[in-house]
Amino acid sequence: MNPHRRSPLVLAATVLVYFFLYAPIAILILYSFNASRANVKFEGFIPAFSDRVVMEGSMVQSSPCGPFHWYCDLSRNNDVIEAAGNTLTIAFTATIIATTIGTMAAIAMQRYDFKIKPFSQLSLYIPIVIPEIVMGIGILTLFSQLFGWANTTFGLTGDARLSLGMATVTISHIAFMVPFVTLVVQARLQGFDKSYEEAAMDLGANEWTTFRRVTFPMILPGVLSGALLAFTLSLDDFVITFFTNGPGSTTLPIYVYGLLRRIITPQVNALSTVWILIVFVAVLLLQWLQSREEKPSH
Amino acid sequence: MASEFAVEMRDVVKRFVTPEGNEIAAVDHVTMQIKNGEFFSMLGSSGCGKTTSLRMIAGFEWPSDGEVYIEGKPMGHTPPYQRKVNTVFQSYALFQHMSVYQNIAFGLEMEGAGADEIKKRVGRALEMVQLTGMERRKPRQLSGGQQQRVAVARALVKTPDVLLLDEPLGALDLKLRKEMQLELKALQQQLGITFIYVTHDQEEALTMSDRIAVMSKGRVQQLATPVEIYERPVNKFVADFIGESNFLEGTIKALSAKEASVFIPALNAEVKGMPMSPSLVNGEEVVVSIRPEKLRIVDGPAKGEGLFKARVVNSVYIGSDTHVYLDVHGIRLKVMEQNRISRLDPSSFYVKEQEITIYLMPENTLVLKKE
Amino acid sequence: MLQRLRENKSAQGTLLALPTTLWLFVLLIIPLVLTLVVSFGKRSPDGDVIYTFTLDNYVRLIGYSTDCPNGQAACFDPLYVNILVRSLTLAFNTTVLVIAMAYPLAYFIARAHPKRRNLFLFMVLIPLWTNFVIRVYAWMMLLRKEGAINVVIGWFADLLNLPFTPLEMLYTPGAVLVGMVYEFLPFMILPIYTSLEKIDNSLYEAAADLGANALKTFFRVTLPLSMPGVVAGTILVFIPVMGTFIVSDILGGRQVILVGNLIQRQFLDARDPTFGSAASLILMVMTLIVTYFYTRKFGFGEEIVAA
Repeated sequence: MNPHRRSPLVLAATVLVYFFLYAPIAILILYSFNASRANVKFEGFIPAFSDRVVMEGSMVQSSPCGPFHWYCDLSRNNDVIEAAGNTLTIAFTATIIATTIGTMAAIAMQRYDFKIKPFSQLSLYIPIVIPEIVMGIGILTLFSQLFGWANTTFGLTGDARLSLGMATVTISHIAFMVPFVTLVVQARLQGFDKSYEEAAMDLGANEWTTFRRVTFPMILPGVLSGALLAFTLSLDDFVITFFTNGPGSTTLPIYVYGLLRRIITPQVNALSTVWILIVFVAVLLLQWLQSREEKPSH
Repeated sequence: MASEFAVEMRDVVKRFVTPEGNEIAAVDHVTMQIKNGEFFSMLGSSGCGKTTSLRMIAGFEWPSDGEVYIEGKPMGHTPPYQRKVNTVFQSYALFQHMSVYQNIAFGLEMEGAGADEIKKRVGRALEMVQLTGMERRKPRQLSGGQQQRVAVARALVKTPDVLLLDEPLGALDLKLRKEMQLELKALQQQLGITFIYVTHDQEEALTMSDRIAVMSKGRVQQLATPVEIYERPVNKFVADFIGESNFLEGTIKALSAKEASVFIPALNAEVKGMPMSPSLVNGEEVVVSIRPEKLRIVDGPAKGEGLFKARVVNSVYIGSDTHVYLDVHGIRLKVMEQNRISRLDPSSFYVKEQEITIYLMPENTLVLKKE
Repeated sequence: MLQRLRENKSAQGTLLALPTTLWLFVLLIIPLVLTLVVSFGKRSPDGDVIYTFTLDNYVRLIGYSTDCPNGQAACFDPLYVNILVRSLTLAFNTTVLVIAMAYPLAYFIARAHPKRRNLFLFMVLIPLWTNFVIRVYAWMMLLRKEGAINVVIGWFADLLNLPFTPLEMLYTPGAVLVGMVYEFLPFMILPIYTSLEKIDNSLYEAAADLGANALKTFFRVTLPLSMPGVVAGTILVFIPVMGTFIVSDILGGRQVILVGNLIQRQFLDARDPTFGSAASLILMVMTLIVTYFYTRKFGFGEEIVAA
């Protein structure tokens, strides 16, 4: 019996599902080259490179960037650049903090017994089993009540007033990222033989040196894939950001969402395409890290 | 040296709580003194407390009660990195992200040794375990035997007073094991440092050790030289665990320092043997033990002291020996006879249902406490 | 001090877990408690919360009212109950469709040559990591009257000389369903794949050896053993579908209102956080109940981490 034998039915279903997964993305990318500014129908590629943009009605006749007109347009869009900056700032900051405390928690959950462990374990599972919107409006309520109270109590006015912004988005992102980091690192720690640490201590390394020289390098691939997962979760997040962002902390998903409710030019498609490319590279990196880690250890 | 003993355990207890919430003593009032320069083994099956004892000497665990002394100094809660003992782990625990060189240098770096000194000492350690030239390999690029040598070199490069070895040969195949046994023993004699060796393999312990502690259920059953352990086991457990033994249950009828007379109900006769424990008393229920190779099949009728009639149940020829399984009044006994003469005639071997006579020599018959 | 900490394993564990536990306590547990408190409150005229204890918001959700148009003593307006039922139905339909699509693909990948499996999985991951909002937008472009689907159907109609008026697909319940399926499909593929991949090949051989044909092997061996993956996938799909509001917002227009939209509007448009909180708690309770009974029946394993 050939284990790799497949029935034509399964094969057909597979092809269809992959088509279903990729057709929308293909259309999305195609439309980023659309000559039509209205972007309702695909009216063909922008035909020519020229010194300046030539429009005829809503049609782009030629552009310095040729078919890549909307990409050039995108690169001059300050709102997008600011949103991209915000998104990355939030993702980096939140990833660093979530990875640090999440890894610590994973070590605690895997290696130690302590009184609040059942409580910690429970709180780590909550974000997985409750809808994100419940978490989002809960955090919004917390911040608005807290800030309202603080602003009146301490008489904060003007710029000193506490309000939603980069900080609240970052703090909230960390909350939903941490459980995933912890789960990933914990899974790696399960296969980690304690005798490596004992060997280091036996050879004269104290607890901190043991962690720095032995434990951490050995779990590093797990920590990195946890961090990468957290990073992509942050980049992708819409709901929590939606409820916790304020003026000046618009992220790319929020920005795109805003556009979808107004006029959509092929610039959004160009933005999506760039996004997909970046994510593609990130996922490749993740795969590479995992394949490096999965090499047999003995 | 500060103390006669390299390591001493005084009345050490280690209790653990099982996941079900029960408290168990993995090590139960263990006292032993390990002399300087000695090859000392702890022998027992898994769960007997040997590894826990070793881990308490290394400092990975702390005793619940009692005290571990190294070079006469009480260790208390001294962490492993402040003890002058080093360990060779069962899994080797070689750092996978470091090269062979980095693994061996790790302990020296921790001591703050200079780069030149590290280089010199790592070189010598590699030479000692015959791995010169392997410096840049990663552990996973080495064979099991080579990894084992790196583990030994990594521990010995620190010139510990005591080297702890936790079943270091367990993962190797039989042939390599035998080679490594001899090498480790030679290394120990050459360096003159104390080895404490944990194993469940009795042959390994008997081959290598100066003294052996046979352990069971967290207690030391007997602590003696290999010869004493085999020839003079103190109780039924040791006699059973080390080598093979035939056991007969009975009651002491007469007792002196040198000889005990035991009535065996199954044989409906008295058997004379050597008492193995000073605490035996007249009338005590005991076990009589006799090794298969020390049980004799003799010519002539079963008349006289120590002679019994037996029926052959099965006879197995295994080349160097023949194992004969006997039935004596419903009791199964095993006899091992060396095949000292080359013969091919099947009729000269024992056959099933054959009636023969066995002889229990008093000097080969040991009278043991039941527990 | 340090010496004592070194010897106290329990204190070390607590210290290590503390930042995460505190963080989650402040941003998860406290908000949930606050939501509960607010849901018992009343809305002030300017949209603030007046803290009292009233069940008004829950009564309103059920639709019970004493202020009736026909002058009855009490009447029942199923507006919000309908929204809840619609959300549940949509989540259920989405989950079933997603399982039906994900299973063959996961099965295909699990039985593909090991060298190619990673590539196939990678191909599932890419759409997953393109942004959630961008994915909804892609379907908007496909489903519109002038969109790609209508264009393609138009070509075929032209080819066959058939009359064709473009279909109105956007802003329908069907559009929301397709969008949801597309959004969450990868979350089902990965856990099912993980559980299928774990099945030892010798089990298939044993089943064949014992006389089971391909179909019987599938239903008696493969499917039961892959249930943990299906369960984990269901949790990863069902729960977010229950709470998502963008898909219905963009693809459903004002036509398809789900609990998520209801909650979002209470907080941002209607400015009634008390009613929004009550709806949010009902949503949470509904998902927890469904998850509880579902996992109690089937249990779920480590596959939940697969995605």
